Amino acid sequence: MNAYKIIDHEYDVVVLGAGGSGLRAAVGLSEAGLKTACVSKVFPTRSHTSAAQGGISAALGNMGEDDWRWHMYDTVKGADWLGDQDSIEYLCKEAPAAVLELEKYGVPFSRTEDGKIYQRPFGGMTKNYGNETVQRTCAAADRTGHAILHTLYGQALKHNTEFFIEYFALDLIMKDGACKGIIAWNLNDGTIHRFRSHITIIATGGYGKVYYSATSAHTCTGDGNAMALRAGLPLQDMEFVQFHPTGIYGHGTLISEGVRGEGGYLVNSKGERFMERYAPNAKDLASRDVVSRSIAVEINEGRGIGKEQDHVHLHIDHLDPKVIDERLPGISEASKLFANVDVTKEPIPVVPTVHYNMGGIPTNYKAEVLTVNGSEKTVPGLMAIGEAACVSVHGANRLGSNSLIDLVVFGRAAAKRAAELVKPGMKHDEIVKSETDRCLERFDSLRNSEGSNPTSELRLSMQKTMQSKCAVFRSEKTLKEGVDEIRKPYDGMDSLSVKDKSLIFNTDLVETLEFDNLIRQAITTMDSAYNRKESRGAHAREDFPKRDDENFMQHTLSWCNGSKTKISYRPVHRSTLTNDVQYFPPQERVY
Amino acid sequence: MVQFNLPANSKVKKGQYYKDNTGSKNIRKVNVYRWDPSKNENPRIDTYEVDMDNCSSKVLDILNKIKNEIDPSIAYRRSCAHGVCGSCAMNMNGKNGLACTKAHSELEGDIDIYPLPHLKVLKDLIGDLSTLYKQYESVEPWLKTTKKNDKENIQSKEDRAKLDGFYECIMCACCSTSCPSYWWNGEKYLGPAVLLQAYRWIIDSRDEDRKERLKKVADELKLYRCHTILNCTNACPKGLNPAKAIAEIKKMLATA
Repeated sequence: MNAYKIIDHEYDVVVLGAGGSGLRAAVGLSEAGLKTACVSKVFPTRSHTSAAQGGISAALGNMGEDDWRWHMYDTVKGADWLGDQDSIEYLCKEAPAAVLELEKYGVPFSRTEDGKIYQRPFGGMTKNYGNETVQRTCAAADRTGHAILHTLYGQALKHNTEFFIEYFALDLIMKDGACKGIIAWNLNDGTIHRFRSHITIIATGGYGKVYYSATSAHTCTGDGNAMALRAGLPLQDMEFVQFHPTGIYGHGTLISEGVRGEGGYLVNSKGERFMERYAPNAKDLASRDVVSRSIAVEINEGRGIGKEQDHVHLHIDHLDPKVIDERLPGISEASKLFANVDVTKEPIPVVPTVHYNMGGIPTNYKAEVLTVNGSEKTVPGLMAIGEAACVSVHGANRLGSNSLIDLVVFGRAAAKRAAELVKPGMKHDEIVKSETDRCLERFDSLRNSEGSNPTSELRLSMQKTMQSKCAVFRSEKTLKEGVDEIRKPYDGMDSLSVKDKSLIFNTDLVETLEFDNLIRQAITTMDSAYNRKESRGAHAREDFPKRDDENFMQHTLSWCNGSKTKISYRPVHRSTLTNDVQYFPPQERVY
Repeated sequence: MVQFNLPANSKVKKGQYYKDNTGSKNIRKVNVYRWDPSKNENPRIDTYEVDMDNCSSKVLDILNKIKNEIDPSIAYRRSCAHGVCGSCAMNMNGKNGLACTKAHSELEGDIDIYPLPHLKVLKDLIGDLSTLYKQYESVEPWLKTTKKNDKENIQSKEDRAKLDGFYECIMCACCSTSCPSYWWNGEKYLGPAVLLQAYRWIIDSRDEDRKERLKKVADELKLYRCHTILNCTNACPKGLNPAKAIAEIKKMLATA
């Protein structure tokens, strides 16, 4: 491995990823006077946070009475009681301050008549513990993620965060079970960089690209999750994959839940508003797993629309065009571009589409990474935030607009915790050469692959398997087949073909490294799903249609070594963080 | 007459021709600019015959098809695939745009795909945007206010509406790299993308630094190299109007 020139850096903290959570953490760290590097494979404003549309939840009460405890109840229920209630309490209690902070950073929120932040209704968000719809989701038209991401990047510039842009991180540097930094490849000039840091914060987002059809960006490959697996750490609750009810049919582009929040509704081929049957109270604003399953049932029972009867329609043509123009301009544009639909006149063809990963790297509410070795233990030097993390606030199903708030609340929490643990300028450990070599050997061997299987073919095979065997509805049969089939593309890597051997912007190699990351997560997702023999939130088993709290009110932990997994469980935290709120015991979940 | 000679290594040569091997009857020729910094070779145009019967509707779908099925070495940036991240900005049949939102049915004849004009090319379709990013930083894109309280800043609907058409910028650089003034003076002239961003903060009613912000851009090179050519507005894939932002800044300075 001596062929690679290695450039060394020392930082108090390295943040891996520059989306909403990574940037919020970087801002807090820089404010605290810690020497911070933010390493990202894309320029910060290209991160997938930019695609978030509808809004960010917080019980501000700008549109009528609200309480963070109600928000907490909704989140616990949305999560189908798989969320850790101490973390959920922290999220919902901190949310209002976090949103006001964003406003002060400059986020161009839409406004109410009296000039406050505008809030819209969203799925599963209710008043007074499930009684009626509440307006809790703070919005900047339907471009909230874009507005937040650009604003946070501005704040990071203000605080002189040091960015390493278009650096592709290869692996974590581990020593005696602690993280000591990362190794990254600079795509701009082909050099290899070793970052030594007291704390590494993984903020690399989700891994939607294990599926064929997803609202996720091409870059959503869960690189940090895979690094954790390679470092011998477990991922948590990987079977919980959120299908967004309304991706544009045939293309997968997201159509915000905000559309239904503003009065949009779904219909089947009979012109029937079918959500009234599945969720008599919340109707089209039931939580996402419920709406996605309802659409799937409509399609499976022959009431889908189109030649193949394989999608449904989303109507907003009854809304005042002025409202659409003011509050939903982005989805009008997307519908025109990707469905050739004028939303003021025609319905949008939609279908449930992979959207979000509830699972990820297990952490506590301070963003410290957890592993289990007899009991819960933190991993020194390692934190995770955002979609990469599993805090777990979203449990088995995330509520819409709870992801953006997750980013900023836990990004901030990570910075706070890091500032407690690290004093500026502390001395760094030596890194043994073998650890650097381990990271580079994988890189070098993938780069020099001379086999016959192109990365794109293996990736397609993985995506098709996930799409058909680990979808909205699952069963013993499909999952068993999936467990076998998903290992084929992994084994295909034995004869991988990488044509481009160069080091500068070698996107053939980037995609190969990303595939190597994806396939490990696909395997843990499939195996975790196979082993969870109940239905909960987004994990719907046809053969086990009921939730089983006795056996499965537990987080799945999955380790993965090569294509071999080890599955184990840890109990859900059944207590709150403080006495400000009571624990919400499990109930039947109806909307 | 003055003779102009381009340096020998800037001449774009004819590259490889990839013939269709699917037997498709619906073929389109796609010419792509290629340059590999690790080889001591001139840039070239590779031509790919693409089976359009099995290709989705956008130019990015063509590129993905080429990369997945014909030539994995081709390099371009791409991420969100629906026009919000700004990664896949490039020049298609002579016009800047986002490959992920540009329908290939709107392009006539063979398709020519080049990097954004007048940037240093890093590889193939990937241009160097570092100068533009530094210029963006120079307009201090963050809210400046001295107010310290627990509540949000109050902003009327009317004041908020003034940001519409400007805050939506995705920094794809389609506008700046279509601007002849920016081609000439790209180091010093801020260009439409960055001036639009500057304007977005100048007109934010919550910001208390308007005067300083205006003073900072009121410079013969930074601002007044705009000659109202309007290529920027014509190029913007988001339908924004950078030329208007620049005109408004000039107007504010003239009437201040």
